[in-house]
Amino acid sequence: MFVTSAFAQESAPSADTSHAATGADTHSGTSVPAEAHGAFPPFDPATFPSQLLWLAITFGLFYLFLKRVVVPRVGGIIDVRNDRISQDLDQAAKLKGEADAAVAAYEQELAEAKSNANSIGQQAADAAKAEAEAARKKIEASLDEKLGEAEARISSIKANAMKEVGSIAEDTASAIVEALVGGKASKAEVAAAVKSVAR
Amino acid sequence: MAADKVDPIHQFHIIKLVPINIGGYDLSFTNSALFMVATVVVAAAFLFLTTSSRSLVPGRLQSISEMAYEFVGNMLRDAAGTQGMKFFPFVFSLFMFVLVANLLGLFPYFFTVTSHIIVTFGLAALVIGTVVVYGFMKHGLGFLKLFVPHGVPVFLLPLVVLIEVISFVSRPVSLSVRLFANMLAGHITLKVFSGFVVSLSALGAVGVAGSVLPLAMAVALTALELLVAFLQAYVFAVLTCMYLNDALHPGH
Repeated sequence: MFVTSAFAQESAPSADTSHAATGADTHSGTSVPAEAHGAFPPFDPATFPSQLLWLAITFGLFYLFLKRVVVPRVGGIIDVRNDRISQDLDQAAKLKGEADAAVAAYEQELAEAKSNANSIGQQAADAAKAEAEAARKKIEASLDEKLGEAEARISSIKANAMKEVGSIAEDTASAIVEALVGGKASKAEVAAAVKSVAR
Repeated sequence: MAADKVDPIHQFHIIKLVPINIGGYDLSFTNSALFMVATVVVAAAFLFLTTSSRSLVPGRLQSISEMAYEFVGNMLRDAAGTQGMKFFPFVFSLFMFVLVANLLGLFPYFFTVTSHIIVTFGLAALVIGTVVVYGFMKHGLGFLKLFVPHGVPVFLLPLVVLIEVISFVSRPVSLSVRLFANMLAGHITLKVFSGFVVSLSALGAVGVAGSVLPLAMAVALTALELLVAFLQAYVFAVLTCMYLNDALHPGH
């Protein structure tokens, strides 16, 4: 193979009209089978300088173009998009924060209103209770008063009655004593006797 | 010329289109050079035209350009870190060049630039050259630490350094041969199976019926070659990223 390559390299400059000519030149002097065209083309050093030169030119230009134009442009597109997305995300986060704050404010107000309502209700209930209590107390007091009055009246009636009972008993006792004994008991003695019995 | 039709090597021949000879060197504009130009023009035009609208919401074609950009960007960032991003235009152009050259080569009658070892070797040498030059520029002689891994016993050091040097030197070879051999073998196989279809069909009705099998193979191989075209561009770019990482962080 290397023999063939070397041969091709030598023969290439002389036969630069077409590859067929190169092939004919080459395999006339080598043992390569007739259907092969000289050196195996990828290993033919005669083509190396030209391929390297054109590779350098094309790849160099390609590299410069990509570096100067394409990379900044595509990078720019992607950066702009990422910025935009993060901006949108920030915006969404901000809006969400605002919505959360609004919900929190609403809930706080709701809780306040609830507690207000509760306290108002409580106050009303307390006031009603107090009023009822007061009314009850008043009625109780008047009832007590009436009861007291009635008791006082009863006791005075009773005392009167008892007083009268005493004098009746004294009178009766003195009358009985007079009838039985015939003597006249003193009023004081009778009263003491009646009192000791009444005990 | 009938033999050319079924000769699987014929597709790799270099044909001079504009003969140029300077200082004894044959620098002709060949079919290879033509397809290098085509590769560059197609790749550049695609990247340029699809992104010309700079849409915030990309269309399909703009998405492809952006995907290629981000694909290579992530690859480089993963392998070499954010410091490696200064090589992004280089790796991106390598990836796009190899990818488009591979894909263009799949068209019938088209020349495959990457099926010539001198082209792949030129690209690989460019990569390794960049690694060596940048490595010495950035780290000075510290770049040589690349060949002295940490934690190796002193008595093993000469052997390890020797192995590291050999592995480093073989990088441009393996990088170029991998791409070249893949493209070469794939295109030869495709041509052989397509050649079977032609030869068998010439045998009459039985041959035509028999040629269905190699035809199906040729179709399947085309799909496989499409995959290989992408995969090899990816492998080339990934290995470039890893080698550049060595230049950035030789101490590993």
